[in-house]
Amino acid sequence: MQSFTIHTGIVAPLDRANVDTDLIIPKQFLKSVKRTGFGPNLFDQLRYLDEGQPGMEHGSRPINPDFVLNKEQYRTASVLLARENFGCGSSREHAPWALLDYGFRVLLAPSFADIFYNNCFKNGILPIVLAEDIIDSLFLATQHGKAYQVTVDLAQQQILLPTGAHLTFDLDMFRKECLLQGLDDIALTLEKAALITAYEEQRREACPWLFADLL
Amino acid sequence: MAGKTLYDKLWQSHTVEDREDGTTLLYIDRHLLHEVTSPQAFEGLKLAGRKLWRPGANLATPDHNVPTLATERKSGIAGIIDPFSRLQVEILNLNCQEQKIVEFGMMDKRQGIVHVVGPEQGLTQPGMTIVCGDSHTSTHGALGALAQGIGTSEVEHVLSTQCLIQKKMKNMLVQIDGALAPGVTAKDLILYVIGRIGTAGGTGHTIEFGGSAIRSLSIAGRMTVCNMAIEAGARAGLVAVDEKTIDYLRGRPFSPTGAMWQQAEKYWLSLKSDSDAVFDKVVTIDAAAIEPQVSWGTSPEMVVGITGRVPTMQSVNSDTARESLALALKYMGLREGQPVSEIMLDRVFIGSCTNSRIEDLRAAAAVVQGKKVAGSIKQALVVPGSGLVKEQAEQEGLDKIFVDAGFEWREPGCSMCLAMNSDKLGEGEHCASTSNRNFEGRQGFGGRTHLVSPVMAAAAAIAGHFVDIRQWS
Repeated sequence: MQSFTIHTGIVAPLDRANVDTDLIIPKQFLKSVKRTGFGPNLFDQLRYLDEGQPGMEHGSRPINPDFVLNKEQYRTASVLLARENFGCGSSREHAPWALLDYGFRVLLAPSFADIFYNNCFKNGILPIVLAEDIIDSLFLATQHGKAYQVTVDLAQQQILLPTGAHLTFDLDMFRKECLLQGLDDIALTLEKAALITAYEEQRREACPWLFADLL
Repeated sequence: MAGKTLYDKLWQSHTVEDREDGTTLLYIDRHLLHEVTSPQAFEGLKLAGRKLWRPGANLATPDHNVPTLATERKSGIAGIIDPFSRLQVEILNLNCQEQKIVEFGMMDKRQGIVHVVGPEQGLTQPGMTIVCGDSHTSTHGALGALAQGIGTSEVEHVLSTQCLIQKKMKNMLVQIDGALAPGVTAKDLILYVIGRIGTAGGTGHTIEFGGSAIRSLSIAGRMTVCNMAIEAGARAGLVAVDEKTIDYLRGRPFSPTGAMWQQAEKYWLSLKSDSDAVFDKVVTIDAAAIEPQVSWGTSPEMVVGITGRVPTMQSVNSDTARESLALALKYMGLREGQPVSEIMLDRVFIGSCTNSRIEDLRAAAAVVQGKKVAGSIKQALVVPGSGLVKEQAEQEGLDKIFVDAGFEWREPGCSMCLAMNSDKLGEGEHCASTSNRNFEGRQGFGGRTHLVSPVMAAAAAIAGHFVDIRQWS
């Protein structure tokens, strides 16, 4: 996984509550067996006017000029500003894969759905929870005028705004460490192999039926 | 000291290690796999040169992509028309062979929707931790198991280590007392709960469903309730074990037997929250107040009783809520204040991990018996949750009742719930669906989903629009 330390980027405001994973990446694109290549289909139903299908030539599709990512000032955005309960719905990791493939590294919202939130950290994306009134003020600041650029410093847990002001955010320690160092958490768990085996032995003693092999 | 909740107990019994950073290494007993969210995990495993920790803890079955037309299924995987779908089903099959994972393949009569298959086979047992790369894994909590949906990276993590690194959620109790009125089902109950607490009402929590209304539900009904815990934002839903749970498990293919059964039963019956357990959040609901529910919008919380109306702009009080309402009305092609019973339907779908069990099919068949699907309905589909549900239904003659009424009787799979195969809505079409999500485009590009119970869907197919099942004769 790529690490995340400091990221500077343009903020794109997606002013809509409960953006679900079907909106982030529609199911027809889940037929891919790869982790990459989902970027052109991020928010497919909102971005294009026609129905997207795997294998289509995206450059020739009719785009929705009203959609935020199709507007000139947000074309290079890598920070997504969103509303409450972003990422609700399915567990599909294709949602963060699509965001990452498009170029988003930071998400700002008042709340995220649990599974989606967790999936982001496994892919080098930093989802940041900010208070509702702060999110409101960011929407105001980003919806007008020229590009709004922020710098996110994970180690300091700070966001530097164009005004020079700083916002701070909370994050749990384990996720922060994994992201900062780009750690492979499977390798971390495998370092605990002896503990896992010990757990299995003790559990097998108490509840032997749990270890009946399906094979 | 306060007692423990069921979630506390399940968490504690699966803790391999509590870490200094506040996370826990949690042991996973059962891992279910399907074709859509597993290929990248198997690939990652191979690239890292890792082995499966415990192959015998895994069970796979293809469900999301499989065709439900018998004609398309009869020549096996090679006969799947969509090349992308075929590849995913093939890859699951190859990965299972290579990694020695038991798979109920497409031609196996035990194949079906993974959340129907697990409990049906006795693979889902109380006291287990169960994961699957699918958010509706919460279904299995109906049997007193801690069951959660995970992403593909975590699928790989579980394949490699049989563990997950997690932070404990908070405890939430949804207490539903009283009796549901005749015609009001588990589906109406959970839709009503979501309407009350919202789609983020359970975020950060594990929801335990309790109270006399839950105790009165069959295990199938409890599965319907827990299935949609995720639609209330909770990764896991739970129901305490009781005699119904034990009766359900007895004699299932993978249930323990003999002395092991005795030992397991004793343990299982201990799986409930202590009477003095403290929950972080409690919601109480009167079951008698619940009407048959119909979702009108593009989020499961956008739901009203059958005698209700689509909300008006005046009835919502924040800018964000007005924005959401306006978007939903536009997408759904509805007007504010419109009675939901006036919504005309194009298609009907009875199926999905929410409502495709034998009990659901029996209830729907009883409604349509001797009647005909309305002429205005383009298609009415019944998709059983598994090959065994299909077989059972056919033994009972339910297939004949449906077909005589004008429904199509299909092969098992996820089908039109998410329209990854060819079962889908056309643009602008309204569908009465027993599934779990009414998101934009969920059942097909531009499709308009209304979530309802099996009996409400069945009655709507006959009438051509939603009707109050309580008045059905």
